[in-house]
Amino acid sequence: MEAQIYKNKKLIWIFLAPAFGFMLVYLYYPFVQNILNSFMHIKYMGTAGGEWNTPWYKNYVTLLSDPKMRTALVNTVIMIAATIFGQVGIALVLALMVSNIKKGAGFFRTVFFFPIVISATALGLLFNLVFLYDKGMINQFLQFAGILNRESNQLIDWKSKYAMFTMLTPVIWQYVGFYFVILLTGLAGIPEDLYESATIDGATKWQCVRYITLPLLRNSIGTCVILAVTGALKVFDLPWTMFVNGMSNTWLTGTYMYSKVYSDVDYASSIAVVIVVIGVILSNIVNRLFQTKDDYQV
Amino acid sequence: MKKRRISPGYTIVYLFLVLWALTTIFPLVWSVMNSFKNKKMIYQNSFSFPLGEAFSLENYRNIFANYNLFSAYRNSLIISGSVAFAVILLSGMAAYILCRYQFHGKKLLTMLLYAGMMFPIYSTIIPVMRMQAGWGIVNSPSVGANLLSVILPQIAGNMSFAIIVLTGYIRMLPTELEEAAYIGGCNLFQTYFKIVFPLCKPSLVTVGIFSFLWSYNDLFTQMFFLRTKENWAITILLNNIASKEGVNYGAMFASVTLIVIPVLIVYLFLNKSIIKGMTVGAVKG
Repeated sequence: MEAQIYKNKKLIWIFLAPAFGFMLVYLYYPFVQNILNSFMHIKYMGTAGGEWNTPWYKNYVTLLSDPKMRTALVNTVIMIAATIFGQVGIALVLALMVSNIKKGAGFFRTVFFFPIVISATALGLLFNLVFLYDKGMINQFLQFAGILNRESNQLIDWKSKYAMFTMLTPVIWQYVGFYFVILLTGLAGIPEDLYESATIDGATKWQCVRYITLPLLRNSIGTCVILAVTGALKVFDLPWTMFVNGMSNTWLTGTYMYSKVYSDVDYASSIAVVIVVIGVILSNIVNRLFQTKDDYQV
Repeated sequence: MKKRRISPGYTIVYLFLVLWALTTIFPLVWSVMNSFKNKKMIYQNSFSFPLGEAFSLENYRNIFANYNLFSAYRNSLIISGSVAFAVILLSGMAAYILCRYQFHGKKLLTMLLYAGMMFPIYSTIIPVMRMQAGWGIVNSPSVGANLLSVILPQIAGNMSFAIIVLTGYIRMLPTELEEAAYIGGCNLFQTYFKIVFPLCKPSLVTVGIFSFLWSYNDLFTQMFFLRTKENWAITILLNNIASKEGVNYGAMFASVTLIVIPVLIVYLFLNKSIIKGMTVGAVKG
């Protein structure tokens, strides 16, 4: 039954129009246009597509044999794996630890979350200095610690020798706190008496985690994994600040798309389409993985 | 008082937690420390405190002389403030209708709403660029027009998230007050802005903080639409400092410090609402 008060619908469109108008003009229309663009020939950024490509799927054929695109895809897969296991994994360990301590939980929450509010651009700059070849934080520390020879000024070139590691570390590090907070909220929802009765029955701490916490936390972990996967596809600012133009073969789908945006507009559009398709497929897979297991639980 | 026994398990747990906390605190402290040293001192020992002769303001003088930080801060505040304001205003109105009213096309709008979350900026930016270039607000001589060209897409980018969060909140509000207002002769505008809007304040703050920070930190959109010095906002300014001052480490430390400290101060005061604002969309409920 509809209440009397919500019967008069004359004005509701005035309330809906601005929000959905914005999304129509800036999301739905460009999204569709971008798919069309990927089949057209566009000469300059900022101009409309003229003719259809011949054959119309030309860009997608090129993508298949583009070595940089392959690098970008491989790196993006590495990035996704790193975010799932690195970010969500570390966050889970930290959350389990913090939920078990009595003092300082608030402090750790505040401190762990802090990197997220700093712009990834600033962090990219900061980590450039941390990984700097010429006596950056890590190289200098390794020299002081005696692991690298100080006399002969032995240094490690992180950004070219261990490029992927150097790029992934700050990305993972920045977002651990985010998943930590989500998982901590999930942990708070697990009733205390479950642990109590398990302990009375002689369960060890580890058994409690394995058979109570992790199964009950499945929804929160699922949310985190979806966010990590979609987040990994969006990463741009930090890799771009640290490794401009995919230097040392650090292309990601996002940074590669940007590098093509001015030189080959319609090709860049087709990369963007691929990013969307991967995102939709992966979040569906993750959704399904975490849902079917729920059914078994009963 | 009896001395409490601390088990080795707890010691390891605290050790690990403190260690992770150090990784988030130390790089920042290290950056502040080195921003007050000249290049030679940084090179000698970047872990020492800038005391006595080692202390220098050279890096800051250098940054302020070569870059217009205040203009960048101002532009950032204008952009992110407008985005947060528009998102709060428009998403609340739409969320209220989607919550309370039954109408034709509601299913379609809800579907579009969730679809809107799935579009990454990469897939919309090229047509948006063309559209806005056609309107003359890209590369315009007027700073205001250029800022607008960043504001508009960012409003749209935060809209579906904000509506989803607010719909969840409004659904939990009781309808009695709205009914009373209706009997008292209020129309939709009066009911919403006088009754519902104030009640939504906690959730609106959340949405506002999220949109503000998201916009403030978003380098990608700024790279497309803020291409000349006087239009730069903080994030793009920083990116340009990074590419120009490549070997001037002191200047880099100083600019990182200048960018992070204001955020840190705000965070110290508002960390509860900020943490809630950034994670609320993710947590179901």
